[in-house]
Amino acid sequence: MSEARKAVALISGGLDSLLAAKVVQQQGIHVEGINFYTGFCVEGHTHAIRKKDQAKPKRNNALWVAEQLGIKLHIIDIIEEYKDVVINPKHGYGANLNPCLDCKVFMVHKARQWIESKGFDFIITGEVIGQRPMSQRKETMPVVARESGAADLLLRPLCAKNLALTKPELEGWVDRDGLYGFEGRSRKPQMALAASFGFEDYAQPAGGCCFLTDRQYSHKLADLWTARGERRYELDDIMLLKVGRHIRPCPNFKMIIGREDGENKFLHGYRKQYTHMLATSHNGPLVLIDGEPSQDDLDLAAQITARFSQGRDADKVDIEVHTLDGARQSLQVRPMAGELIPRDWYL
Amino acid sequence: MSLNELDVRRMLCPMPVIRTQEKVEQLQVGDTLTVLCSDPGAIHDIPAWCRVNGHQVLDIRQKDEEISIRLRVCEE
Repeated sequence: MSEARKAVALISGGLDSLLAAKVVQQQGIHVEGINFYTGFCVEGHTHAIRKKDQAKPKRNNALWVAEQLGIKLHIIDIIEEYKDVVINPKHGYGANLNPCLDCKVFMVHKARQWIESKGFDFIITGEVIGQRPMSQRKETMPVVARESGAADLLLRPLCAKNLALTKPELEGWVDRDGLYGFEGRSRKPQMALAASFGFEDYAQPAGGCCFLTDRQYSHKLADLWTARGERRYELDDIMLLKVGRHIRPCPNFKMIIGREDGENKFLHGYRKQYTHMLATSHNGPLVLIDGEPSQDDLDLAAQITARFSQGRDADKVDIEVHTLDGARQSLQVRPMAGELIPRDWYL
Repeated sequence: MSLNELDVRRMLCPMPVIRTQEKVEQLQVGDTLTVLCSDPGAIHDIPAWCRVNGHQVLDIRQKDEEISIRLRVCEE
């Protein structure tokens, strides 16, 4: 008896990739999962930071999917390589700074490299024609297959019947009759298929699984690039864009203001990398200063910091400033009135 | 069989899982690894990763905000 064919499934943690893997698994194929971490994944992070979210049960949906399927899951850090996808997307951005088509090409390309190194036969994704306006259209399906290098080794079990035959079908590794022809934005066919498999507790993504699809997040990233005069980022930069209130009073510096205890604690971990300040006469947030502020800038930032402390209505608030050279200075400031902070300072 | 430690404190999930996975790839069957972490999500994610990849969680300890997860590398 010949050895079972092996496929790797791109597992996002959502319903489509769960179903795609299950459909192929049911045909006797050995399936393992692969999940790529870009740094922009919504999964987990902000829940771990914000205190108000810490009581909520947490789970990594990709791991949960792997457990439901009884498959191994390989979580791969692609943070460094992914920067080029975000900064120079060949196919451009979606509504925000989301390079969805380039992202899909890149991930399938990485999966192509993975199957080659591990001796697997083909790749599975949960793509459905028409499901997403940029990356999952009839015209983009061949683009992903071609530009990723996966070609006919890329099988989309949920919409395979609407696409050209792939090698797994031609070779008889999988039976095309057992695949599907889903199309469009409706989730009903997937929900019905999930019910037929007995899946109930799957993730219900609201607004996607990537911060780059978020308008406000993309605005903050664009601001970061403008302020630095170049399009680059480090992991810490993109993590900090997820946390706190961001206010840019001047082009040369911005303030990151913790909104609650969990965020203050998280920002506290960055205190040695940033000039930072906090109120000492009243309770208040920890504030990181990103950029190169002058003394006048620090005075202004202190007034804003006081505004977000419990001393916002006091005549004077004491602020302690810690600069990067290790120096500490004490300022006494009048809190800036909320209405004097222009709306366009908020990112 | 060796005892090993991995410090991933301050990292947010899934980084503790990724670093655990990378470390386990360098170890032998029967070795133990103690992962020190601070993201509460790791309490769920690292044991889940162990379950799907066939490794054994020996114990989980939590003191204040520090979490220690000890696992044994098993045959995959």
